[in-house]
Amino acid sequence: MVIGLSHYLILAAILFTIGVFGIFLNRKNVIVILMSIELMLLAVNINFVTFSAYHGDLAGQIFTMFILTVAAAEAAIGLAILVVFFRNKGSIAVEDISSLKG
Amino acid sequence: MNDFDIVPLVPEIFMAMMGMGFLLVGVLQGNRATSVLIWASCVMLFITAVLTMNFDWDRPPTMNAMFILDEFAGSMKLIILLGLIASLALSNEYLQQERIARFEYPVIMIFAGIGMMLMVSATNMLSLYMALELQSLSLYVLAAFYRNSLKSAEAASKYFILGALSSGMLLFGISLIYGYSGSIDFATIKTSISGLEQIPPGFIVGMVFLLAGLAFKISAVPFHMWTPDVYQGAPSSVTAFFAIVPKVAAMGLLMRLCLDVFEPATEQWQQILYFLAVASLIVGSFAAIAQDNLKRLMAYSSIGNMGYILIGLVVASPEGAGAVLYFLLIYVFMTAGVFAIILTMRRDGLATVSIGDLAGLSQNNPILAYAMAILMFSLSGIPPLAGFFGKLFIFRAAIEQEFYILAVIGLLASVVAAYYYLRIVKVMFFDEPADKFDNIMGFERRAVLLISTAFVIGYIFAPSLVFDFAMSAVSSLFL
Repeated sequence: MVIGLSHYLILAAILFTIGVFGIFLNRKNVIVILMSIELMLLAVNINFVTFSAYHGDLAGQIFTMFILTVAAAEAAIGLAILVVFFRNKGSIAVEDISSLKG
Repeated sequence: MNDFDIVPLVPEIFMAMMGMGFLLVGVLQGNRATSVLIWASCVMLFITAVLTMNFDWDRPPTMNAMFILDEFAGSMKLIILLGLIASLALSNEYLQQERIARFEYPVIMIFAGIGMMLMVSATNMLSLYMALELQSLSLYVLAAFYRNSLKSAEAASKYFILGALSSGMLLFGISLIYGYSGSIDFATIKTSISGLEQIPPGFIVGMVFLLAGLAFKISAVPFHMWTPDVYQGAPSSVTAFFAIVPKVAAMGLLMRLCLDVFEPATEQWQQILYFLAVASLIVGSFAAIAQDNLKRLMAYSSIGNMGYILIGLVVASPEGAGAVLYFLLIYVFMTAGVFAIILTMRRDGLATVSIGDLAGLSQNNPILAYAMAILMFSLSGIPPLAGFFGKLFIFRAAIEQEFYILAVIGLLASVVAAYYYLRIVKVMFFDEPADKFDNIMGFERRAVLLISTAFVIGYIFAPSLVFDFAMSAVSSLFL
């Protein structure tokens, strides 16, 4: 069997969906949400690299490099915010992020 | 490679250099420098605005078609800079009072500003993404700026999670658009879909994801969940900033994408934005009725206002786009004024934000009460004030293009919204007076409040000035 474009796209779509569901269904730990976000971005990278190879155009792979860099910065800021939250609350459980509502 | 013309980028480069210079000053001088840095930033942003105005706003894309300074980008930049100056000026006194005056504040705000300036100038998916992330990452940090407050940390974590989700959706959309058009350049994407009998379904899916990601940024319903929480939890000066500026930048980006790049797919995106507009109008007007917290109320008010703005975008005509820009400018002025008052609400050295605290303000502090009343009348769209004209031009554009249902829904929503705006006026003028506020209102807040009320009242004397500005700005989107 030849692994073609559609296989990669389906893989990326599945990973992306798992990432999105990881954010919404997860009720335990915020770190898992950070991991889900990372998964989503990596799924997008698969998409970009696939299309880049398919079109024979380098722009997609360059875009992937940028996404990887930004994802690192995003994770750094996310963790910093979590540290601030943990200092104030003493917990990073998802159910504890609930003092603002109305 | 011969289009490496750096001149149109000079305002952004100047801002970035100055931002890093301010960071250096902050590192050397510590938090003593905060107040000076905020003033210096205001002056610097003013110089940037003057620089921006001095360039010829009619240039081809530069930097390998990554960046453009056209009429639209230039005008949006001026609105963004105006909002940045207003929100920095509002912040100074508040930061001192809350004892969170750290020197990073103006620096991060400047970096967010650079991101927004680049956003409205992006002509490539890559520069769009980088600019958007520069802006978003700065905003996450600002939301957590009150780091000893649980609410601020919680607001920032919610904002971060949903913001990252929206960036992910936006990227997924971009990747599909890249796949189905073979390019990340706006002009090439446009030519790849123009003239097609049927737009490829994959492209449309990508466009939907991209628009959903941007809808998060402008807090259009059903992607608005973060807005009230973030507005409530973030420090009030940051809330003012969130309400005033990022919306303008994200809206600018959305306008360029929809009206220019996705112009061949107008029918498709119109359906999406139509739904977003109606949902935002309904949620923005009904959900605000039950709110007692002024910051939450302003959050729903901004959701509702995004609904009106989206009406102007959905009609996809030059008049509609002009009305959007026009509404945005008026919205910046009105919101800045309202937040100048919200930031002044302090009792015994503590900030209060509930509507009940405004009770009897007309007896304790008549000037403040009248200013607030004028701004509320303007927000609800009572005739001689500026807010009325914003809505008028939006509805007129909708009716010209025969979007009657949308115009009627908008009108009904503004009737419902008038209830909660006028309730504030009623509380201020007819309720038993509550305790007085601490009588402190620094020069910056007075200036912002004065300018914004003067604009709202004086607008009627020279309406064509703003209108011509808006119409010439959007002309470059409809070539």
